[in-house]
Amino acid sequence: MSEGKIIIPEEELTRIINNEPNLVTILHNIQEKYNYLPKEALEGVSAKLNIPLSHIYRLATFYKAFSLKPKGNYHIKVCKGTACHVREAQKVITKLESMLQISAGETTKDKRFSLETVNCLGVCALGPVIMVNDEYFGEMAPAKAEKLIKEYKEK
Amino acid sequence: MIKNVSELYAYRELKTKELSQKAAEGKRYITVCNGTGCHAYGCTKVTNALEEEIKKQGLEGKLEVIPTGCHGFCEKGTLVVVRDSILNHEGVLYTKVKPEHAAEVVEKISKKEIVEELLYKDCNDNRIEQENDVPFYSKQMRIVFGMNGMINPESIDSYIINSGYFSLVAALQKSPEFIIEEIKKSGLRGRGGAGFPTGKKWEATRKSKESPKYIICNADEGDPGAYMDRSLLEGNPHSVIEGMIIGAYAIGASEGIVYVRHEYPLAYKNLKKAIADAKSLGLLGENILGRGLNFDIKVVGGGGAFVCGEETALIASVENKAGEPRMKPPFPAEKGLHGKPTNINNVETWANVPIIIDKGSGWYSSIGTETSKGTKIFSLVGKVNNTGLVEVPMGTTLREIVFGIGGGVKKNRKFKAVQIGGPSGGCIPESLIDTPVDYESLKKAGAMMGSGGLIVMDEGTCMVDIARYFTNFLKDESCGKCVSCREGLEQMSIILENICKGKGKKQDLKLLEELAYYIKEASQCGLGNTASNPVLTTLAYFKNEYLEHITGKKCHAGVCKELTTYFIDANSCKGCGACKEACPQGAISGEKKKPFALDNEKCIKCGVCTSACKFDAIKPE
Repeated sequence: MSEGKIIIPEEELTRIINNEPNLVTILHNIQEKYNYLPKEALEGVSAKLNIPLSHIYRLATFYKAFSLKPKGNYHIKVCKGTACHVREAQKVITKLESMLQISAGETTKDKRFSLETVNCLGVCALGPVIMVNDEYFGEMAPAKAEKLIKEYKEK
Repeated sequence: MIKNVSELYAYRELKTKELSQKAAEGKRYITVCNGTGCHAYGCTKVTNALEEEIKKQGLEGKLEVIPTGCHGFCEKGTLVVVRDSILNHEGVLYTKVKPEHAAEVVEKISKKEIVEELLYKDCNDNRIEQENDVPFYSKQMRIVFGMNGMINPESIDSYIINSGYFSLVAALQKSPEFIIEEIKKSGLRGRGGAGFPTGKKWEATRKSKESPKYIICNADEGDPGAYMDRSLLEGNPHSVIEGMIIGAYAIGASEGIVYVRHEYPLAYKNLKKAIADAKSLGLLGENILGRGLNFDIKVVGGGGAFVCGEETALIASVENKAGEPRMKPPFPAEKGLHGKPTNINNVETWANVPIIIDKGSGWYSSIGTETSKGTKIFSLVGKVNNTGLVEVPMGTTLREIVFGIGGGVKKNRKFKAVQIGGPSGGCIPESLIDTPVDYESLKKAGAMMGSGGLIVMDEGTCMVDIARYFTNFLKDESCGKCVSCREGLEQMSIILENICKGKGKKQDLKLLEELAYYIKEASQCGLGNTASNPVLTTLAYFKNEYLEHITGKKCHAGVCKELTTYFIDANSCKGCGACKEACPQGAISGEKKKPFALDNEKCIKCGVCTSACKFDAIKPE
């Protein structure tokens, strides 16, 4: 997993838990802060809420929204919903994989980019759609995706 | 804080007066679609540019920019409508608006002129000014979705001015039993998939003796290709909240939960704001409108598991467990959240409730067919010209939706099928294109209503690949509890993978049918029960394509790499050279302005050239 131990201050843990009764929401809060679920944060939540760590891991691995590994600075999500699929999203995925030299689900060695395929981003009218962090890009094609990633590489 | 009904009337009157004052001063409005689709086109920049231009041209007070939810015609975003009033649906539609158009748009409005180049043009190149006259909209019946284009989702006043929360007023003057009777008489059925009668569901929860009772809004819209719930929550969250308050009153529930997909951040944000606003006005909380109703709503975010759209899995997820379905009965109406009676309805179902109360069950049930009443919102996507969200009366034919509203298949290609109902649905072929969309007819055709995703497929779509796609989707999303679903889908996926790679055998088709039967019969929840549908419908209607893959070793759609050989059609090739530039293998050669040629020895069938070609000249054999 990650290199080195992450120290999570007590007040940060309190802020993450925020009296929230829903565990999935707490996991979202952790991921929002660290861009993945660090082991130390899960241990902290387990101790503070007196919930077995195994149960927290069960949820963290059952739900697809969560990652136990750090993501890249630019996290790319490629939509694989039906509308995107019939408009050749696979070609976009293949292009991105070859450009970034990683497979979907991985992060580049320099930690700048990570690539993920998702089941539906809900922007079906503009398929194929990709997201880079919080931004949406529609009507993608291999060449257009290449140009976009080049722009991010130069950032 | 609004304490009673007469205060709500006074509040609306005050806000309407403020508005008519502005109208008297000649104020006009620019509504800009800020739905997620338009975000991908850059609507935020358009909104900001228009606002800046208004300042620059000194038109503050005369012109106001209102960011709204999704208007529906996503294909043509960013959508902008210029209106004289925000109390009616009239307005001039501008399509594909970019920030650089802002100056001209604002200037022409002040001169009462029109920006010709931004007007919609129909297939015969006729210009259309009024939004309502655009065929995409005029052929629809937008009773649930229509308000999206007019109200600011972040403003509760905007909803109240348009008579929002007055269905609640009407409901609170009747008995809970009367409301349930109205919903039953309206014929409203669940819009999330299965189509269970809503009134019956409410009644069952009301009759359960235990308390407290809960109501849940299922906004875990996981069906790939469907996004109407997202657009409703983003664009008109108060209509869903109002529906839920009416439901809480009728059912006797004290707490409501909206379970929102985590992939929908804007819906989450707008909904949270709407709930907070409703609370601060006293429309949620204790003693709502002085009628003794106590009800509050909480928002819970999903974790990205498709199976959580199933109601018992959703409940498990809210209870901090992994989202695995359980056996029914007992149904949630009896034992739901925390073991208490719970009523779950989908976003669109809740949004229909205020309309039924406002217009009456008689009016509502006059729309639609014998067994499917009201309208349904579909997301019309895939290889169709006009993509977007369309709302039509139940019983409208698929032909009318795809060709009438959708304007037919992109690039004039040949229509092959329309996939409806998400992964549990099916593919309907051209021979059944006159099927009316209602719960029963779709089921008869082997598909289902689902949440309303309508994905158009053309000759470039391989139906075996579509079966593989959905099977893999469901294989990944199966929670793994039932062996039939977990292992059955895995085996189906292996068989389909083989067929797509040219390694299929004729007896595979029989095996697929057999597996389909067991997955259907032996699985516990809706996911497993319907998981075979994509394979069964493609086998029923497109068996030929399977056979072409197995015996002919060809994929004529050009999707299955191993079975595809490309060639350049000399008649269509204009010799632009775009394909040559795009090809990573150097497999394409030729001189400019003359037809190019493709060397099949070097070709790796990546298909990049077909995407690069603007003239559709590179074709699979």
